[in-house]
Amino acid sequence: MTDTATTAAGRTPLVALTDVAKSYGNVRALHGVSLDVHAGEITCVLGDNGAGKSTLIKIIAGLHPHDAGTYTVEGEEVRHASPREALDRGIATVYQDLAVVPLMPVWRNFFLGSEPTRGRGPLRRLDTATMRATTRDALLRMGIDLRDVDQPIGTLSGGERQCVAIARAVHFGAKVLVLDEPTAALGVKQSGVVLKYVAAARDAGLGVVLITHNPHHAYLVGDRFVLLKRGAMSGSHLKKDITLDELTREMAGGSELDELTHELSRTPAAPEAAAAAEPETTA
Amino acid sequence: MSVLTRPAAAGDERLAPRSLTRRMLGRPELGAVVGAAAVFVFFSVVADSFLQASSLGTVLYASSTIGIMAVPVALLMIGGEFDLSAGVMVTSSALISSMFSYQMTANTWVGVGVSLVATLALGAFNGIMLVRTKLPSFIITLGTFLMLTGLNLGLTKLISGTVSTKSIADMQGFPAARDLFASHWTIGSVDLQVTILWWIGLVAVATWVLLRTRAGNWIFAAGGNADAARAVGVPVARTKVGLYMAVAFCAWISGQHLLFSFDVVQSGEGVGNEFLYIIAAVIGGCLMTGGYGSAIGSAVGAFIFGMTSKGIVYAQWNPDWFKFFLGAMLLLATLLNVWVRRRAEASE
Repeated sequence: MTDTATTAAGRTPLVALTDVAKSYGNVRALHGVSLDVHAGEITCVLGDNGAGKSTLIKIIAGLHPHDAGTYTVEGEEVRHASPREALDRGIATVYQDLAVVPLMPVWRNFFLGSEPTRGRGPLRRLDTATMRATTRDALLRMGIDLRDVDQPIGTLSGGERQCVAIARAVHFGAKVLVLDEPTAALGVKQSGVVLKYVAAARDAGLGVVLITHNPHHAYLVGDRFVLLKRGAMSGSHLKKDITLDELTREMAGGSELDELTHELSRTPAAPEAAAAAEPETTA
Repeated sequence: MSVLTRPAAAGDERLAPRSLTRRMLGRPELGAVVGAAAVFVFFSVVADSFLQASSLGTVLYASSTIGIMAVPVALLMIGGEFDLSAGVMVTSSALISSMFSYQMTANTWVGVGVSLVATLALGAFNGIMLVRTKLPSFIITLGTFLMLTGLNLGLTKLISGTVSTKSIADMQGFPAARDLFASHWTIGSVDLQVTILWWIGLVAVATWVLLRTRAGNWIFAAGGNADAARAVGVPVARTKVGLYMAVAFCAWISGQHLLFSFDVVQSGEGVGNEFLYIIAAVIGGCLMTGGYGSAIGSAVGAFIFGMTSKGIVYAQWNPDWFKFFLGAMLLLATLLNVWVRRRAEASE
């Protein structure tokens, strides 16, 4: 990994938010949040439920415009009116639960919204052969070996679906990949698989925004960490400036520190301490 | 798109070649085809004249009048919405055409054109109301249904003085328009109506659109998961407005057929037909929740409707029983569909 401090100083970030705020009616969902996303790096956004992660993702993805602050893409200030605009600027978002249309075959999902066609006029039609072949090929390149691209995507496991969505974003030349809790509903092994594809996307030169409430997953792959709490930014760090313990501690905050002390104590060194642990109370 | 090296698509040893039966089981219209065969056999046994060639024309005609509307209603259902105004919209379209020509003493074709524009506007109204207000389509089209029912009666009485329009049979352009919308010809002893051609054409176009165009992909996605579709850049709102306008377009075809086969239009007609269209689409394998179904299925559903409605006549039963049979058929077909789909999924 390159020195993140110098890259931050020397390059324009792909995406930069500065003091961004968003209100829904009289509810201040988000205020004073800043983050940078650079090519070939992973920026993790951490926060508990209700911290404003979803609002942040919606602003970046173009689902909701921001109310205050600036949002720049490659140095140019933008205000997205629709997800299509964000997509056209190379910002692809993979949502945790609404990434795919379950009853549609994998290849139709893969090209949904960007279908290649051939012929012209009334004979303009989907290039189904290319679509099928490209889907299989693009998935293989990401290391996903799918048995049958004709099966409904709903028959795939949650991890496989996330991977297809990531492969899709990479294939369509996204410059920034926004991932909404990609590991939230997954088991340990599947989470590892998904994180591998996240890293693969980073190595392909994409800037990645990884939204998660799991500091362990974030620390495994992240280069920058932005912590959200109750709609505000409670911390922003480069990986070299923070350890996993500090990250976890900061994410939990003061009041929950006590419960976290033993959660932390069993994580790095002492697995047998887990037996003594109370049920987790991070919710 | 970059140049791709063609992958070894030929074979994957983990994948048994999908047998014909397996692929058939995955099709949405399978349940309907089995049901249609059952209905056909049933009436062949109980009604002697059902198998005569002349009956075929009658059954096909009855099927086509429902089938023409079942096609866009099925597409709309795949797109995740209903249209309860589809039945009376057919009557509205016929009334507009007829009354415009008569009152303006215009060429019949002018009335037909005005009717097309007005009916498409009705469809656009349904669609735009839906995407703007985000209310359920059930409520919006129920509103349109009631309003159109009232307008059909009220305006017709106001303009014509009676509940039906004046005959336009002696007006300019009538014969040619009748050739297009309500002609029929005879092959052997089979009398075939032109609506059958319209029906087959619409099924073919709709199937092409659904399976081979971007719009088709968007229809499936809009019904299957509208949020996901929107997130990847599918114009979901535009797709749905387009679907309502497709229903309106087919209502226009049906309406013109109604007008030119009788040359007068009864303003109270059409109420209740919207359910027949929906039944045909559901029997044909469309999922009520959207995202799944086919245009061919809707045609098979309409054919079941045609066989049942005429079969009862050929069996010389009291036609009062027809609705009972239709209801029973709907339940059986839907159960069969569910059963078939479960089996298909279980064998995955």
